[in-house]
Amino acid sequence: MELIRLTNVKKTYKTGVTAIQDLNLSINKGEFVFIIGSTGCGKSTLIKMLYREEKPNSGQIIVGGVDVGKLRNGKVYKIRRKIGVVFQDFKLLPKSTVYENVAFALEIFGVPKAEIHSKVVKVLDLVGLKHKIKSYPNELSGGEQQRVAIARAIVNGPKLLICDEPTGNLDPNTSMEIMKVLEEINKLGTTIIMVTHSIDIVKELNKRVIVLDSGRVLKDYAEGTYR
Amino acid sequence: MKTFRIIGRNFRDAFKGVFRNFSLSLASISCITITLIVVAVSIILSYNVDNFTNLVEKDVTIVSFLDNDLSDEKIDEIKDQISVINNVDKYEFISKTDITKDMMESSDVFESIMKNWSDEENPIQNTFQVKVKNIEDIDNVAKEIKQIDGVTLVKYGEGMVEQLISVFDIVHKVCVISVIALVLVTAFLISNTIKITINSRQREISIMRLIGASNLNIRIPFIIEGLILGALGAIIPIIGTIYGYNALYHNFNGQLFSPFIKLIQPTPFVYTISLILLGIGILVGMFGSWRAVRKHLKI
Ligand SMILES: Nc1ncnc2c1ncn2[C@@H]1O[C@H](COP(=O)(O)OP(=O)(O)OP(=O)(O)O)[C@@H](O)[C@H]1O
Ligand SMILES: [Mg+2]
Repeated sequence: MELIRLTNVKKTYKTGVTAIQDLNLSINKGEFVFIIGSTGCGKSTLIKMLYREEKPNSGQIIVGGVDVGKLRNGKVYKIRRKIGVVFQDFKLLPKSTVYENVAFALEIFGVPKAEIHSKVVKVLDLVGLKHKIKSYPNELSGGEQQRVAIARAIVNGPKLLICDEPTGNLDPNTSMEIMKVLEEINKLGTTIIMVTHSIDIVKELNKRVIVLDSGRVLKDYAEGTYR
Repeated sequence: MKTFRIIGRNFRDAFKGVFRNFSLSLASISCITITLIVVAVSIILSYNVDNFTNLVEKDVTIVSFLDNDLSDEKIDEIKDQISVINNVDKYEFISKTDITKDMMESSDVFESIMKNWSDEENPIQNTFQVKVKNIEDIDNVAKEIKQIDGVTLVKYGEGMVEQLISVFDIVHKVCVISVIALVLVTAFLISNTIKITINSRQREISIMRLIGASNLNIRIPFIIEGLILGALGAIIPIIGTIYGYNALYHNFNGQLFSPFIKLIQPTPFVYTISLILLGIGILVGMFGSWRAVRKHLKI
């Protein structure tokens, strides 16, 4: 079943730079998709449009049945609640513990305390950080911080997890650990789109790979065909 | 339940915000405090002036002295003429005999002098005592009565009443203008305080947006912060009003200068004012933060 469809999408920034053009793409539920390409080819712009951080100038972007490009500013939160986002720089709250950082994503929606607790513990267990529940971000390694960020992104049970270079700051071993976590999450049914510069990771996981070049899809390798 | 949890969380965040920038919060709170003190004073003043004006209006009488050798028909005629004057509320004929009797009863000195007067010797005149509906126009009524044939003299507390009322009027206007000015300054200060809170929480806000917080989710804690600042600012003025007015009232035995000027009873007056002060504090606080939120929390 189709989760994401982009049709003739074009994005030109106010500065006049065209980051995405003639882009057509379809991603199904449950897929694990890598997006690769050289610096400045439009990878981040593409995924920003998926969670409506940026709006396309033309074309249509459907995510989970919602026409994201047409979403008014006041309604953006509706799509955000269905999508988890993870970044290279983790974006954690420095003065909050691991538990609080993850619980934060549930608290603002008024989830009961007991439910928050069980969900947070479960998801921290999934990313392998149950023992660091009371630590602060600055007491954790980069890999551990990224796991907290992943835990926060998925604690709401989103259908889609978007990762922009989640291993960009991590060494190869730690990166592979993060990838194992993401694979695990994918196996549980969450669709994952991940932007990366690491060819090693792409080759190791052997998933679908979309290669961008100058804002266009250069190649779209089906699962198991990227060498 | 869910709404309560969200509100609880918002209040917690808002309190944190108040204490995070405590010096700024204190400035806003002080400003609200000053504003509300002026508001309290002007409410107390204007309500008392209103009360006092009503009392005066009930009391002020135009005494119209009549020529003593008028016939009864002529007096009836004068009565008819008074009755058709605009703004006349009540009128009453009081004869010189009545007045003489009243005066003799009121004091022994008067009695000893007056009891020997014959009717011709008695200089006291027949009068019409007239009350008006609207005290501000009392002057015109007095002039009209004076023009009636047979009326020799017209007396009322000329000048004094109008002057008193116009002085209170000026005080009232000054209060209103200073309250408006202070409210604007306060709203601006609060707006700035909230702006700083917003800036210090940019990171948190951007994360909130990413994980799907709605505009309301994000804005409400700041609005509540403004509300808390307003409510905190109302504390001193409310205590001041309750204790201050009670003390004032009892110190002056419920009247000012003369039994003529009665103060309003403290209960429930001070509690009504307290509610008004709290309401204004909260509204100004929320208005200030709403302004900051509108300006600095756009997506
Ligand atoms: N907010 C912006 N305003 C103007 N131009 C932008 C903005 N963001 C990106 N660009 C431009 O759009 C193009 C695509 O940028 P994008 O961030 O999508 O690249 P990327 O593929 O993610 O690169 P990298 O691999 O370095 O992260 C670049 O030329 C960039 O300079
Ligand atoms: Mg990028």
